[in-house]
Amino acid sequence: MYSSWVVSHTLFHKVWNAHAVRALPSGQTQLFVGLHLIHEVTSPQAFDMLRQHHWRVACPDRTFATVDHIVPTRSQTRPFLDVMAEEMTVALERNCKEFGIPYWPPDNENQGIVHVIGPELGLTQPGMTIACGDSHTSTHGAFGAIAFGIGTSQVRDVLASQCLALDPLKVRRIDVNGTLKPGVYAKDVILTIIRQLGVQGGVGHAYEYGGSTIDRMSIEERLTICNMSIEGGARVGYVNPDQTTFDFLRGRRFAPQGAAFDRACAWWRSMASDANASYDDRVTFDAAAIEPTVTWGINPGQSVRVSERIEGDPHDEAFAFMGFHPGDHVAGTKIDVAFIGSCTNSRLSDLEEAARIVRGHRVAPHVKALVVPGSRTISREAQARGLDQIFIDAGFEWRGAGCSMCLAMNPDRLEGRQVCASSSNRNFKGRQGSPTGRTLLMSPAMVAAAAIAGEVVDVRTLLGKEEVMA
Amino acid sequence: MSRGSSTAGSGAVTQVEGRAIPLRGDDIDTDRIMPARFLKAVSFEGLERHVFEDDRASNPSHPFNDGRYAGAALLVVNKNFGCGSSREHAPQGLHRFGIRAIVGESFSEIFQGNAVMLGMPCFVADHASIDALQGAIERHPSASVTADVASGRVRADGVEIHASLPPAVRDAFLTGQWNPTVMLLDRFDEVRAVAERLPYVSGF
Repeated sequence: MYSSWVVSHTLFHKVWNAHAVRALPSGQTQLFVGLHLIHEVTSPQAFDMLRQHHWRVACPDRTFATVDHIVPTRSQTRPFLDVMAEEMTVALERNCKEFGIPYWPPDNENQGIVHVIGPELGLTQPGMTIACGDSHTSTHGAFGAIAFGIGTSQVRDVLASQCLALDPLKVRRIDVNGTLKPGVYAKDVILTIIRQLGVQGGVGHAYEYGGSTIDRMSIEERLTICNMSIEGGARVGYVNPDQTTFDFLRGRRFAPQGAAFDRACAWWRSMASDANASYDDRVTFDAAAIEPTVTWGINPGQSVRVSERIEGDPHDEAFAFMGFHPGDHVAGTKIDVAFIGSCTNSRLSDLEEAARIVRGHRVAPHVKALVVPGSRTISREAQARGLDQIFIDAGFEWRGAGCSMCLAMNPDRLEGRQVCASSSNRNFKGRQGSPTGRTLLMSPAMVAAAAIAGEVVDVRTLLGKEEVMA
Repeated sequence: MSRGSSTAGSGAVTQVEGRAIPLRGDDIDTDRIMPARFLKAVSFEGLERHVFEDDRASNPSHPFNDGRYAGAALLVVNKNFGCGSSREHAPQGLHRFGIRAIVGESFSEIFQGNAVMLGMPCFVADHASIDALQGAIERHPSASVTADVASGRVRADGVEIHASLPPAVRDAFLTGQWNPTVMLLDRFDEVRAVAERLPYVSGF
């Protein structure tokens, strides 16, 4: 636990202190978890352990379940064709029923990626502690929550006790100041941060994002930034709650209503970091210096500006795996697949930005291109705006919601050594379902541009044309 | 040598002894340790068969393919081992494979937390020590390696390094209190009191 006599605190410290139950004999802190999100992949073994010990779920009303990782996106009719996917879904349904946990089935109008629907439904709120058996739980920090990705044994702990045993983190303040250039997005900001601080740089830290660029960002952009904190080694990332946060939450299904909402805003505001809070470390980025960024290697820190040459140790296994050499440009790399989706970049503003690039163009003949909205809600809103038709007219496949080709636990996957321009979060070897498949991470707008050109291009060349035509 | 259940276990972990696998390289992610297709199951059974499956298939000289390390109880790695996905399937697979302790330069937090939950300590040492340890094991693959929880000493054939565990984690292993569930369940009245003070729990 942190000492409370210090006058100024960060949001991390305030939330930690408000949720700390006691110091455990192990030296860790017992932390109350305000919201527990569960899904089909990392929970079945946890429920089995509960049954083994005859434990109950401590707070079923603070637990919410959905299916996202294994759902097919072509047809979501039950039973799923994939027998194992069906078995995992049935197991989650049985567990939720047995333990009284609210559950959004695949055919529910609110179904989607757990990190997309939490915010959409207003479940994710400032000042909360959130846990989920998924490393991208850091996403929820966009609201000023402290959100931890956990393993299955810890899912068991949270189910049984609504608590986690954790060590406190240091807090690194990351300021991004100034105005992003056209064609540069939140994805480019976080890829640049990870490139500079390294994929190990955040270990032991929570990342607090701020500065004028972050302050002006929408919640959706902040979600993209916080989502990839874990790719920089930071288990937790967050943005202090502000008017943008409150405006987003107002009227959402699980958000406080009426007079309670105003009282909530006052509390949420009080949980934000104090102006003179002290940090363990501070780093500053200049937004104007950030360019469209693309990964070339096998971890999310291995990226270049789209105009830049790749440098590095030629013996780094990333070169041989990816087929690049030091001195190569990533621009001009022929792609086979274009994937717009994932908990990083599958929200309405991502699809709008990609559609703006795609409108009036055709996907290159050799490219398989798909759009997988993050949730059914996003899918409906996109359809209402005619975005689906823009993508379909251009030759994209318009799919149902889910995690899809981000980790390829459903039928959407790379084959052989295919190269994928992807708006997801990980370019690890084998990540997209083929052990030899290659992933180039970039913004959804850059994926759209690559789909049309058939190769990696600077999205600004297409934006230029658009603007001229307009 | 300590042995524990692969799901929810307890009991003191004081020393791990056995053959060791030296696995060189930084940033080895959990997708590589356990590819996602093997997560499509409702139990952890059989995961030991799929540890590093794709890396092993593409690289015949991968240490996990090397018969001289068969039956290993220790794994010696470099920086940021277990980064990426939170999948406990990765440490579960290693544990079921027979690994009981990992010694490395650094670990991802989520992986380390998951490993502790299985009673599998992750010792940390500097680069030179790890390099020396990996070298010693590569020279004498079948020699026994010992990692001592209390002192942090890791001994291989002709090499002894000092590695550490966070003091609280070390003590938890030594006293057998490394599995926190029972502690977390111990005083639920205190949990309730904390929850009731939170405005969002009481409905603002």
